[in-house]
Parts: sequence; structure tokens; C-alpha cells
Amino acid sequence: MSTTDAVVELRDVTRTYGHPPTTALDGVSLTVRRGEMLAVVGPSGSGKSTMLNVLGTLDRPTSGTVHIDGVDVASCDDDELSALRAHRIGFVFQQFHLAEGRTTVDNVADGLLYSGVPLRERRERAVEALQRVGLDHRLRHVPNQLSGGERQRVAIARAVVHRPPLLLADEPTGNLDTRSGRSVVELLHELHADGTSIVVITHDNELALQLPRRVMIRDGRLAGDSDTTDERLVVTAGGAA
Amino acid sequence: MSRALGQRSRLRWSDVGRLGVVGLVARPTRAVLSALGIAIGIAAMIAVVGISTSSQAQLRGQLDALGTNLLVVSAGKSFFGEQTELPVSAAASTRRLADVEGASATAELQDLGAYRSEAVPKTRKGGLTVQTADADLLDVLDARLALGSWFTAGTAAYPVVVLGSDAAEVLGVTEPGRHVVVGDTVHVVAGILDRVVLAPEIDASVLVGEAEGAALTGAPVHPTSVYVRATEDEVSQVRDLVPRTVSPASPSDVDVTRPSDALSAKQAADQAFTGLLLGLGSVALLVGGIGVANTMVISVLERRREIGLRRALGAARRHVRRQFLVEALLLSLLGGVGGVVLGLGVTAVFAAVNGWPLSVPPVVLVGGIVATLAIGALAGAWPAVRAARIPPTVALQG
Repeated sequence: MSTTDAVVELRDVTRTYGHPPTTALDGVSLTVRRGEMLAVVGPSGSGKSTMLNVLGTLDRPTSGTVHIDGVDVASCDDDELSALRAHRIGFVFQQFHLAEGRTTVDNVADGLLYSGVPLRERRERAVEALQRVGLDHRLRHVPNQLSGGERQRVAIARAVVHRPPLLLADEPTGNLDTRSGRSVVELLHELHADGTSIVVITHDNELALQLPRRVMIRDGRLAGDSDTTDERLVVTAGGAA
Repeated sequence: MSRALGQRSRLRWSDVGRLGVVGLVARPTRAVLSALGIAIGIAAMIAVVGISTSSQAQLRGQLDALGTNLLVVSAGKSFFGEQTELPVSAAASTRRLADVEGASATAELQDLGAYRSEAVPKTRKGGLTVQTADADLLDVLDARLALGSWFTAGTAAYPVVVLGSDAAEVLGVTEPGRHVVVGDTVHVVAGILDRVVLAPEIDASVLVGEAEGAALTGAPVHPTSVYVRATEDEVSQVRDLVPRTVSPASPSDVDVTRPSDALSAKQAADQAFTGLLLGLGSVALLVGGIGVANTMVISVLERRREIGLRRALGAARRHVRRQFLVEALLLSLLGGVGGVVLGLGVTAVFAAVNGWPLSVPPVVLVGGIVATLAIGALAGAWPAVRAARIPPTVALQG
């Protein structure tokens, strides 16, 4: 297991909360190779949100090790983890989390706010990112002038404006109608084709089936991985589709 | 195995400022209302200090114009508690002292009243006193005639009066040439004086010449007060010399006062009042600061999602802390600047209405702004720390 071509490497990751401890993740090991695109699928309460928090360095594991783009998360303080997020991870959320009343360009430019990039350059790069997601005709619009699908595209532009090696998407089509959802998935495929590693967290088997690799999670444990030709997952996913 | 992280999470200071402004502009009504609390506190303090300093500037100007070198000599109580009298020659002997520029005596004619006409009962003196005045009084007091003329060598011995400004009002005299009754005799009004700030007792006086005074009482009268103008730099020495000069036998019976001291003392009494108002102003400021803290606490609670998002975008805890601290500082500064403008405005209006010069020490204005920044820092510190403690995972919740 070489670390140089792994963008994410979880080893025996366990995360417990509270007293008495409840276990959200239980001994999970997962490697995401550079340039890979995969879905983490599971029903609600399966631990996939915790998985996303750990992958995004928003949360630390109780035990086990996490490497993101070769950096050992356990060795980082708050400042270093923030730097990791600022430079190497992009987030896409189900609820978009756009700032109301601020233009598309300014929302996207905020993706570079904590990299110390000057405002003018942030805006230039935001326009480029918006071109990439096909929204360069909506630069001066504010979020409530945009459709749901457009808003998610803005959020994706914000997540990739700093060209992170890892993009994490949490139910990216969860708040969208079928057609908008399909276009967002297409966009993720395009970004993947450009070389971004993408992890999509979802409970939606249909969405998961559109991605090259699927990892099943249930009760905090990995229940299957299409990469290791686990038939159960293929059967489950196929049955749902 | 792990490689070192080359990059840092970095937020430019210009962006910190921008974030603070954006945060306030997003909720303008709330920003203005909570800044208003600070503004009222600062405005109150600036107005209190400004009105006080403006009135002091007015007094200083007045004293500069009037001079602080006027002394008033009067008869005191003797060692045995009896009212003493000044010698008739008091003014003349004082005038002989070195460093005395001029001296003038007035003598109250206690049994006489002044009346509008002969029809007015003799008991209704209207709070006026009849005094004799010598020719030098106008110069020594630096008093001015509002209307008419002062006594001349010719008129001093005739039934002619000059009225103090209050006396003219009480007697209903608006121009020279009118008649008033002094004692039992009709007198002609020669002139009316302006207000005499350093000797307000003159304002309520009906003045007659010394010879006329002697004619009215039938005997030479002892002076009640001797007004002395000393050389500006030698006032204290003259003050010490006057009692022995006026009454070599019993100098302790002679009182000497300096009216400009009394004006200053009155000002000092006003200062105590100013201190009280200043205390009220600082209470208002404290309440304003609590208002800002309250606004910031609510803002942090409402914006947990935004904070989570910023953390996901790469904001370190210190960046979140800075953002909210700067927002609190800007909020206070907004109130501070508004308060300074408001306070100056109130002071300017108050000064204009009273005819004072506008005088607010710049240090007070700077101090006001600095105070608001300190309040902002105090009020914003705790909410900012709380904001920084919000875990980044809230961005992903629900």
C-alpha cells in the first residue's frame, strides 16, 4: 500500500461519541487512489456522515490513522488541519451553503479566502471555475436568482476553485430534482476526467451506481467494496436500480 | 510516511476587515441599533465635557476681558463681632499705594429708598440700594454705560442718578431724562449702566454723586466698598497691603476679596455637577457595550452554519476569532464615531444658544474613539472565542 498514489488512506479508523460510548465508525480501512472517483453508500445512521467528517479532517478519529494527500492528520494541529482544508480539500454540501445576497463570483471566490490569495486574483479564478461548471453567464447573480441545480454548480465551483486534489461531496443531488441531479453528476464526472479525486457520500444507490467504485457502509463498518469484487454490494445496488 | 505540509491557512488583514463589514451590512438594522447604544453613551460624555469646557472657555474669555486684578475692600467685623466702618479717606489712601492703578469708593445710604414715583409707598424699596459713587467708579470697574452719561463735576452735586441695569428695570426706566424718587426728592436719570459682571451689587443700585449723597443724609458717609484696580502682576501684594493702608489702627477689621476668584469658585462647583453627568454617561456607555456583546453573542449563535462552512473552506480557529472580534470592533467604532458627531453637535448647539465659544479638547474626541474600541474589544472577545470553538462539523449537519 503505497502512500504516494493514495489521496486518502484510512487505517483501522474508529470513532466513538459520548458516555456511554456509541461507535459511529468501527475499524474502517479504506484507500482512495489519486484520480479515483467513488461513492460511499449507506442508509442513514450507518456512519457515513462521520466518515465524511473524518475524510474532510473536520473530525479526528478516536483511534486508527488518517492520511489525506500524504499528510498524517494526527500530527496536525488546528492550524495545519485548516491549511489542509484550505489547500487540498473541496467540500460540496447537500444544502449548498451559499451566502445569500452575495454574487456568484464572490461566493466562489470565498473558496480561496483562506489561502491568502488577493481579492482580484480570487475573483479571476472564480470566473474560471464558473466557466468550468458552465455558469459563466450567471456571474453577477445572487443565489435566490438561481435554480437549485445552478446553486449546486456554484457550490461545486467554490469547492474546486483552489484545484484541490480531493473533492468531498455530501449528498450533492439530495436537494435537487432528477434532471438537475443528473447534470450535477455529469459535472462531477467531468471534474473526475480532469484528474480530481472525488468521494461522494450518499444513501442513494441509483446515484452510487453511476460512479466507477462503490463502498458500502453499514453500522459503522465497511460492508462491501465494488473494487474487491464484492458480489453482495453489486447485487444490492443492482437490485435497487 | 507523512509529508510535511508546505502551505498555511492564511487570511489577509484586508479580508478580515472586509468580512467584518460584510457581516454588519448583512444585518443593517441590528448593527445600527446596537451601535446606537454606544453612540448615546459617547455622545453624552462628549457633550458633558464639551459643554463644561466651552463654558470654561467662555469664563476664561470673560476673565481675560474683565481682568483678575480687581479687589473689593469692605468693612468687616471687629474682634468683638461688631460691624466696623471704613474710614472716609479709604479710597484716597489706597490710591496712594504703589501698584494701584485706581480706587473708587461707594457708600450705601441705608435709610433711603428709590421709587418709580412719589405715589409709591416708602416701604416698597424693591430690593434696590441707593449708593454714592465717585467719579472714578466707571474706570475702576471697567463698567460701561448702556445709555446716557456718567456724573460730571457739575451733576455730582445735583439730584441726578445713574441706574444699574437691574435698578433701571425695577424702576421702569428705559431712557435717560426720566424722573425717579430718591428718599423724598425727585431725581433725573442721567444714564443707565450695562451689567457689571465683577460687581453685581452695582446692578441693583441707584447711584448718586458723593456731594448729593451728603446732601441727602446731611452728613459725610463712610464708604461701604472700595474697588481697587492693582497692577496685574502685583495683585497679591496689594491685597496684603490694603488693610494696613486703609485702617492702620485695626487692619484686621478690613476685608479684601477678589471677585474673579468667586467666579472661578462658581465654575468649580459646576465641575462637581459635570462629574455626576460624566458618571451617567459612562453608565450609558457600559449599557451600550453590553448591547454590542449581546448582539455578537446572538450573531454567533445564528451563524453556526456559516462558521462551520468557513472552517470547511479552511479557516483556522484564529481566523474565525478575528472575524468576530473585528465585527465587534467595527460595530463599536460605528457607535463611537456616531457618538462623537452627535456629542459635538449637541455641544455646538448648546454653546451657540448660550453664546459661548465651541471648545472641545481633541483629546476627549480621541479618547471617546479609543474608549469605544476598548469596549468593542471587551464586548467582542467572549463571543469571538465562542465562535472559534464551534466545531467545524456543524457545516455538515442537517
